[in-house]
Amino acid sequence: MLTAILVMVGLALALGAVLGYSALKFKVEGDPLVDKIDAILPQTQCGQCGYPGCKPYATAIAKGEADINQCPPGGDAGVHALADLLGVEYKPLNAEHGLPKPKSVAVIDENLCIGCTLCIQACPVDAILGAAKHMHTVIAAECTGCELCVAPCPVDCIAMVPIEESVSTWKWRYPVFEIKKEIAA
Amino acid sequence: MPARLVLPLRQHAGNLAKPAVAVGDLVFKGQLVAAAEGAISSAVHAPTSGRIVDFSEQPIPHYSGLTDWCLTLESDGEDAWTDLEAVDWRAADPDTLRRRIQAAGVVGLGGAVFPSHVKLRPHPDRKFRKLILNGAECEPFITCDDMLMRERAAGILRGAAIMMQLLGAGKCLVGIEDNKPQAIAAMEAAARSSGLNVEVVPVPTLYPGGGAKQLIRVLTGKEVPSHKFSTEFGVQCFNVATAWTLHRALEFGEPVISRIVTVTGSVRTPRNFEALLGTPVADLVAAAGGTLPETDHLVMGGPMMGVTLDSDRLPVVKAMNCIIAASPQLFPPKPPAMPCIRCARCAEVCPVDLQPQELYWFAKSDNFEKARVYNLFDCIECGCCDYVCPSRIPLVQYYRYAKSEIIALDKAKQAADLARERNEFRLARIEREKQERAAKHAQKAAGAKAETAGDDARKAAIAAAMERAKAQKAEVVPQNTGNLASSVEAEIAEIDARRAQAASAQEKQEV
Repeated sequence: MLTAILVMVGLALALGAVLGYSALKFKVEGDPLVDKIDAILPQTQCGQCGYPGCKPYATAIAKGEADINQCPPGGDAGVHALADLLGVEYKPLNAEHGLPKPKSVAVIDENLCIGCTLCIQACPVDAILGAAKHMHTVIAAECTGCELCVAPCPVDCIAMVPIEESVSTWKWRYPVFEIKKEIAA
Repeated sequence: MPARLVLPLRQHAGNLAKPAVAVGDLVFKGQLVAAAEGAISSAVHAPTSGRIVDFSEQPIPHYSGLTDWCLTLESDGEDAWTDLEAVDWRAADPDTLRRRIQAAGVVGLGGAVFPSHVKLRPHPDRKFRKLILNGAECEPFITCDDMLMRERAAGILRGAAIMMQLLGAGKCLVGIEDNKPQAIAAMEAAARSSGLNVEVVPVPTLYPGGGAKQLIRVLTGKEVPSHKFSTEFGVQCFNVATAWTLHRALEFGEPVISRIVTVTGSVRTPRNFEALLGTPVADLVAAAGGTLPETDHLVMGGPMMGVTLDSDRLPVVKAMNCIIAASPQLFPPKPPAMPCIRCARCAEVCPVDLQPQELYWFAKSDNFEKARVYNLFDCIECGCCDYVCPSRIPLVQYYRYAKSEIIALDKAKQAADLARERNEFRLARIEREKQERAAKHAQKAAGAKAETAGDDARKAAIAAAMERAKAQKAEVVPQNTGNLASSVEAEIAEIDARRAQAASAQEKQEV
């Protein structure tokens, strides 16, 4: 009886020690779920979801504070991916947060720019180049099309230009067929 | 000689070439008009002498039918060559040669137009054994390589010798389809007189035997696995026309300004032409006697993988090996597609041993990840599955759709990763700046305190100085009161006393 108790206590202590040690040794830094959600989000950093960027939105989803249908740039496919990841029902995009738009880049009208640097401060990905009282310009390859620079511009010189299809970005279409009505003889 | 030549800046796989001339410039035949931009890119040259009259977006022969940047050259009719500079390739350094090859605009003329200088780089840790020259035409109808081998066998082998030197290959195999006995004979004769280790191998005429990996499999028995390059197996494959242009480019300094184009299908006299790049397709069709009345459209390339051309004003480009005038008799329209019956005939004919029926399901349902796992990217889009399908499903269209969607998704993913990285960097930078500012403020505050402390010390010093001055003043005795007689001193004391009395009286009065 006593040996049995001792054995059980001994086992409990040994296993407890192993668990305690591994909890310290293999501690996961940060929340892996947040990173997984963040990987699905389009990283536009536009804030249309109501959070100041994709990571905060991902954190809010992980905590259950935000819904999965608040990201218009992610589109329907993004909502589906989030629903799959989190094991929840798919919901259509919430129109309150905006509607998906074709991917655009910001273009600064360089004749109008007064060099106020307000847009540079607004850009979440540092895609605008310029200095005070010098003309600014957008690095098109790094612009996410978030539109955050448009509102602060005091002279309205920033326009969102949809990316046009070119030979290098052209995609094959899904095959569709015309359904012809057979004329009854 | 056409009056106007349109030269697209994208006649190769990779980056758009960068224009090297301005509108209004006079150029000579063979002069560089657009330089290669980046490693995977190639140059474009003027096919004849004349004036550059336009630089704009114009339709190019491409599946999309979209426009791209083109230079328009108006011929002056002189056809005057620029100064050509040959290279002694046997003595030259390989990197210099590769740069020359890129600058001469040499690209794979089989149809993929991949810049050749990239392919002429041997694998760092593999010994090169074999160079393969592809003399098997890509598709039925095309005979441009056949013609080239019959006419210019010696030149092709001289190009092969350059390739063998660059790659360090000991042997060259020339694969020619067995329905081209004249080409085989010509190449064999040239091989005997060239003194190179060249073997001409007739291969069965079986589509798609002209595919690089397929030809390698036929000639060497080696199957290049998925995601691997043939260089890892000591084999590299080039089209015969590429070898010919390489020979012209290095031994004569002539850049690629023309190519052989087969004009066939429903034209009066089907034949091969050596056409300047930029020549309108309509000119070639006219030279072949014009189209027969039932022709309804033109196809660039072969009947299986060709691109339907929207107009006959499109220019000849480096990728254009063949123009087929198509008619309903030649290519009957495909009846409507029926559901897949899972007969697996497509799997039997697939030259890459894929499972086309599975890929079809995945592509149709947008299940791209699954399609990728089933090696969609190994598909060479040959169209064999399409051809045998009893339900007439346009399988290749589905695969192309899925491929371009996957590529677009990957690009979007890369862009998102870049954006995330930049956003995180920005947040970190803002945080760092904030801390730096806070640190600076703290430092300033500490400095101010130190200053006030200094003030105190100064005040103390001033006070001490004043004390000292007072003490000195007290010590100093007025001169006129010193050394006086005692009577005078008594008098002064009396006056002082009186004064004090008067002052106190005045004070009392005032009170």
